[in-house]
Amino acid sequence: MEIKKITTPLEDSVIEGLRTGEKVFLSGYIYTARDAAHKRFIDALEKGEKLPLDIKGQIIYYCGPSPAPPGKVIGACGPTTSSRMDAYSPKMLSLGLKGMIGKGKRSQAVKDVIKEYKAIYFGATGGAGALLSKSVVSSEAIAYEDLGPEAVVKLEVKNMPLFVINDIHGNDLYEAGIQRYKK
Amino acid sequence: MREIHVDKIVSAIEKLFIDANYNLSDNVLDALSKAAEREGSPVGKEVIKELIINANLAREEHIPICQDTGLAVTFMEIGQDAHIVGGSLVDAVAEGVRRGYKDGYLRKSCCDPLTRKNTGDNTPPIVHTKIVPGDKIKIVALPKGGGSENYGEVRMLVPSQGKDGVKSFVLDMVNKGGPNPCPPIIVGVGVGGNFETSALLSKEALMVPLGERSNDPVIAAIELELLDEINKTGIGPQGYGGTVTALDVHIKMMPCHIASLPVAVNIQCHAHRIKEVII
Repeated sequence: MEIKKITTPLEDSVIEGLRTGEKVFLSGYIYTARDAAHKRFIDALEKGEKLPLDIKGQIIYYCGPSPAPPGKVIGACGPTTSSRMDAYSPKMLSLGLKGMIGKGKRSQAVKDVIKEYKAIYFGATGGAGALLSKSVVSSEAIAYEDLGPEAVVKLEVKNMPLFVINDIHGNDLYEAGIQRYKK
Repeated sequence: MREIHVDKIVSAIEKLFIDANYNLSDNVLDALSKAAEREGSPVGKEVIKELIINANLAREEHIPICQDTGLAVTFMEIGQDAHIVGGSLVDAVAEGVRRGYKDGYLRKSCCDPLTRKNTGDNTPPIVHTKIVPGDKIKIVALPKGGGSENYGEVRMLVPSQGKDGVKSFVLDMVNKGGPNPCPPIIVGVGVGGNFETSALLSKEALMVPLGERSNDPVIAAIELELLDEINKTGIGPQGYGGTVTALDVHIKMMPCHIASLPVAVNIQCHAHRIKEVII
């Protein structure tokens, strides 16, 4: 299938052109954060502290990689289930987060803020951790290293294979897909 | 009486979990290849193609198939004429898991349920034992990811709900999971026994090779009916829509109390990692 190449930071004009169901190759910088890191982000914000990264214009990848073996940049690094981060995402998007990568459905509240803040939700193929690791060029833990696999890691990616799930036009690949193929 | 030293068990467990996490079995790979052929959605086909490339990369480059290298689930059939020497069996399994997850660079995904503090070495493993005739030990390693395990459930149905009740419970769980347990999934169903046995049967059902049918023709027919109905949900690979939502459905059944109809559903992701050895 046809593949669109896009790079970070994501410009609004690029996000406007993305449609549910399209496959893209993403290149640039993204940040891993999953359950425990999100909880710490929100705790920090509630205490009036700064986040360990400036998330304006950035993309968060819901991922807890396996350890990097010697000579490799990273271990397997597929997505985890995004819905566990639904409670935190509206706040993150309100602070300027532009993209999220994960797997699985998002809540209506998250879909609403994706439209409101012109953001995008990509699906990485769950269980394709080896394949996804091949698109990681460099990896550097930048916060919460005590969380082990849940630390925040800055990844440089090249041609990371993703599918557009929720676009800014209100489309949802999970809903559209089931409607089309349900018998 | 045959003596088996625990060191043999430690080493077998270590190797099995590394092997399972790096090398998808031919049985699962074949099922994915066939699924790629019959999938009706272009996006679904593309996803399955990614999964096949992923499995080949993992095998060639020794990278885990999935970063969620699972809780270490172990099934052991211990011959009643085998005598384990040199230490405790459960300690040996734990040591094998500890070594395998460290030396194989597998993710440690085991934590305290409430504080969520990681135990650091993926122990304790889940150990199921069964005493069987003979003097050997069969070990099955089934590293099980959290995404699929989260869509398991035990329901105590009313006997009058019968076969239709069982089927609608299974479909309910598949629809509830949708994209989250990483379809195309494998569905294990345990019917009968009691509360805890039904859950165990549902996990044992996952160990049946893909494409193999129950010996009981009635159960075999229900497996095929369910597979067909699950594939008509439209969920498809990764939930992006399509015609292959499940690779297979396996049902294990045993008699139950006259007042009960326990049913358990255990869902497995497409990265169905399972390896066994006999020592």
